[in-house]
Amino acid sequence: MVSPLGNTVDDTWSAVLAGTSGAAPIETFDVSAFSTRFAATVKNFDPTPYMPAKEARKMDVFLQFGMVAGIQAIEDSGLEVSIDDAPRIGACIGSGMGGIQAIEDNAMLIAEKGPRRVSPFFVPGAIINMVAGNLSIKYGLKGPNLSTTTACTTGTHAIGLGMRTIQYGDADVMVCGGAEMVTTPVGLGGFCAARALSTRNDDPQAASRPWDRDRDGFVLGEGAGVLVLEEYERAKARGAKIYAELSGFGMSGDAHHMTSPPEDGAGAALSMQNALNDAGLAADAIQYINAHGTSTPLGDKAEIQAVHSIFGSAADKIAVSSTKSMTGHLLGAAGAIEAIFSVLALRDQVGPPTINLDNPDEACNNINLVPLEAQQMAIDAALSNSFGFGGTNGSLIFKRA
Amino acid sequence: MSSIEERVKKIVAEQLGVKEEDVKPEASFVEDLGADSLDTVELVMALEEEFETEIPDEEAEKITTVQLAIDYIKENLG
Repeated sequence: MVSPLGNTVDDTWSAVLAGTSGAAPIETFDVSAFSTRFAATVKNFDPTPYMPAKEARKMDVFLQFGMVAGIQAIEDSGLEVSIDDAPRIGACIGSGMGGIQAIEDNAMLIAEKGPRRVSPFFVPGAIINMVAGNLSIKYGLKGPNLSTTTACTTGTHAIGLGMRTIQYGDADVMVCGGAEMVTTPVGLGGFCAARALSTRNDDPQAASRPWDRDRDGFVLGEGAGVLVLEEYERAKARGAKIYAELSGFGMSGDAHHMTSPPEDGAGAALSMQNALNDAGLAADAIQYINAHGTSTPLGDKAEIQAVHSIFGSAADKIAVSSTKSMTGHLLGAAGAIEAIFSVLALRDQVGPPTINLDNPDEACNNINLVPLEAQQMAIDAALSNSFGFGGTNGSLIFKRA
Repeated sequence: MSSIEERVKKIVAEQLGVKEEDVKPEASFVEDLGADSLDTVELVMALEEEFETEIPDEEAEKITTVQLAIDYIKENLG
């Protein structure tokens, strides 16, 4: 994992449990004319322990983030790719927007110096499926090689579709996740223009405040998360370190608006219900929800409405938190890092906090939103939600290993 | 100012991620210095930038070794 809170899973998870914000002023380009001038950026990132500088130079930063997360995940899994196994091991790693920095750089070059200056590595260094592609080349993964692009649900869908690929029998192991880096003039400008971002420029670390009455938009994040899904009997037979069981995946579409959910959160509810059905679990079997919870006025409310509609009276017993209060919104990588947080919540029996939640919205009163500090709790099953522009929804359910 | 040889060697080393002492005149970009077809396109672009010239594609394809690059630059920058 590469995140605004750390460049490994361990560093990020420690920071999450400590309630740390990853937001800071943007220093990589001149932001003086932008309405939002901060983001949750990745700090002190160096790809060269993972790949030669020559290779890194050919990749947009989102690909570098994805490769580093992918290499960490594969090394941690102890997976060995033999000639016989290679066709049964694949990858499904997406991105919401792909190589925006590379697109911007090459657009500037073409305007200044003409088409002969466009790099031959522009296309393979910018397209969305190249984390999966480059990882397969590095490790010899000859199974299905896929990518998803469903805005902020990308990472969740990549994991869910990786699970389906294994269930359907097309592979035994899938390396899944998402990567994103759009903290660039065009990326930031686009989200500013859509009025999606918090403008709390005087206090970036307090800006991401899901469900708080004073929330005013999300905080742009960046990074990558990758996990290794493996068919259970195969994992058991090789003595793999099993963190959790991925037991349910649900999807839905809002069919409502380009960027806003319906007020009742019907699409979110259908996604969660489909995941519960897929896992064969009743609503009261879930103890923790890692919410999409981006800190936008409408989105946070709709998700809580959806939780009420699915969980009914069981909602008072469920902990619902938004780790985006700390990481910001990693867009296409959000579902991937949050799936990892859900797995670690199960492992460590702890609900990560929603920081900055000083005055909860009245609609949320009877739900435990894990305000300000992490809470030790018994968790047997955790659900992770992602919802994206276009009204694309996904939910994953993990059970304790 | 450094000689054309030195400038070419420096660019080859940077572009292909190899040590300058391995960039011998007879070294082939693909066979000796580990370049692929995209690397060689980018290498020619870097030479064009450095020497402020334009190398036509049909000429660029013939530049396969360090010496051929040095020769081309010398002939065309006269």
